[in-house]
Amino acid sequence: MNNLIVSPTALAFAVILVVIALAINLKEKIGLERDMIIGVIRAVIQLTVVGYVLTYIIRVNRVWLTGLMVAIIIFNAALNANKRANGIPHAFVISLLAIATATLITILLLVVAGAVRFTPSQIVPISGMIASNAMVAIGLAYRSMNTSFHDQRQGVLERLALGANLKQASKHIVQMAIRTGMAPTIDSAKTVGIVSLPGMMSGLIFAGVDPTKAIMYQIMVTFMLLAATSIGSVIACYLAYPRYYNSDMQLSDRNGSKQQ
Amino acid sequence: MTEPIFDVQRLGYKNGSNQILQGITVQIEKGANLTIAGPSGSGKSTFLRVLATLLTPTEGVVKFAGKKQSTYPKPVYRQQVSYCFQQPTLFGETVRDNLQFPFEIRNQKFDQNKALAGLDSVELKAEMLDQPIIELSGGEKQRVALVRNLLFKPQVLLLDEISAGLDVDTKGVVHRLIQSYRESGVTVLSVTHDESEIAAADDLLRIRDGKIEVPAHE
Repeated sequence: MNNLIVSPTALAFAVILVVIALAINLKEKIGLERDMIIGVIRAVIQLTVVGYVLTYIIRVNRVWLTGLMVAIIIFNAALNANKRANGIPHAFVISLLAIATATLITILLLVVAGAVRFTPSQIVPISGMIASNAMVAIGLAYRSMNTSFHDQRQGVLERLALGANLKQASKHIVQMAIRTGMAPTIDSAKTVGIVSLPGMMSGLIFAGVDPTKAIMYQIMVTFMLLAATSIGSVIACYLAYPRYYNSDMQLSDRNGSKQQ
Repeated sequence: MTEPIFDVQRLGYKNGSNQILQGITVQIEKGANLTIAGPSGSGKSTFLRVLATLLTPTEGVVKFAGKKQSTYPKPVYRQQVSYCFQQPTLFGETVRDNLQFPFEIRNQKFDQNKALAGLDSVELKAEMLDQPIIELSGGEKQRVALVRNLLFKPQVLLLDEISAGLDVDTKGVVHRLIQSYRESGVTVLSVTHDESEIAAADDLLRIRDGKIEVPAHE
């Protein structure tokens, strides 16, 4: 694997790519230059720090330290999913529960099946992949729910007026949110190998691993992400939809109601 | 004297700083046909929505069949006190999706014959059951919505200006259906602006600025 060497000079040259993206952004007046610069700086700092942290964790190989790292990943993923919730009450706790459950169940199954070993070099990166995919899925699901509860307010009111319970009144919205959350993972599972050569597989091939072995890992990752995003989206959506209602089984005012 | 189906005492409803209903006290007998009239923005629809538990009063008490409204499980109550919207939204893809819903929420198997009889009661053809809702006219949508509310007979029907904007023929169909439910003992409360409906009212309750203007006559 030692044929994979990116020197600091090579990385510095890679900055030219960022400059190209910035130039396009400025010329087309897209207005994302500040976010791009912040993103690049954060990526460099975060990845450098995590590189050193991972090196340390892998070297000392302690269960508690690996667990702590996984917990930090899950916590940060929940914080980010919460930002997409746009005011859904208790969205952080819901996201934390959903991402933690999705990550832990998936990892447990992989460890029990013998697909991965409980070593920091395997558990930490895999947790990161699972948590980040669950985070994106949950974020999309929240956005879908917010939009649907706003746009379909009248339909929900009518269902409630007919005597539906909260689950019956929200079923179509929850189903749509779960579909929306899982769509990228399903699309990527459908096109993997045809359109995209995913990061993990590419990374392994890049680092000199036999492509057939890299592909087996990628198949495992695809299955793992499908499970994780579905577990995460389902838990988050089913915990979040009651938050759109008050204790009298009425739609809360947070989506804008008016009386006359 | 029989126990009123609704016993409303000093009802008030405030939305933020806006006092929409104030000091409403009224008893409504079982089987009554009460027409609620008043200027736009006077609180008529809010009153109906409070009776339907779609809004919670900020003051006072509403009793339904002798028990406080708040003591009923909401789905049970709303299946008995059925609220019809002025501009109903049909959901799903077809008329069938809408008529299936009342069965679904009662955990019952869809009874197609019952649904077809419902459509027939508002002079809609059986073929309409599988018609996409986007192809329906406003009058057809209102009639399908009414059937959706009436597939399972409620004790009370709350009608929020449901005939506003309908043509004369459709109005006639809707009125005949409601009349048949009244005759079978359903209590009907209807909000209206229609002068002919107000003139023909059995009992009239006028609301102005959130207060009762003229009490319903016995």
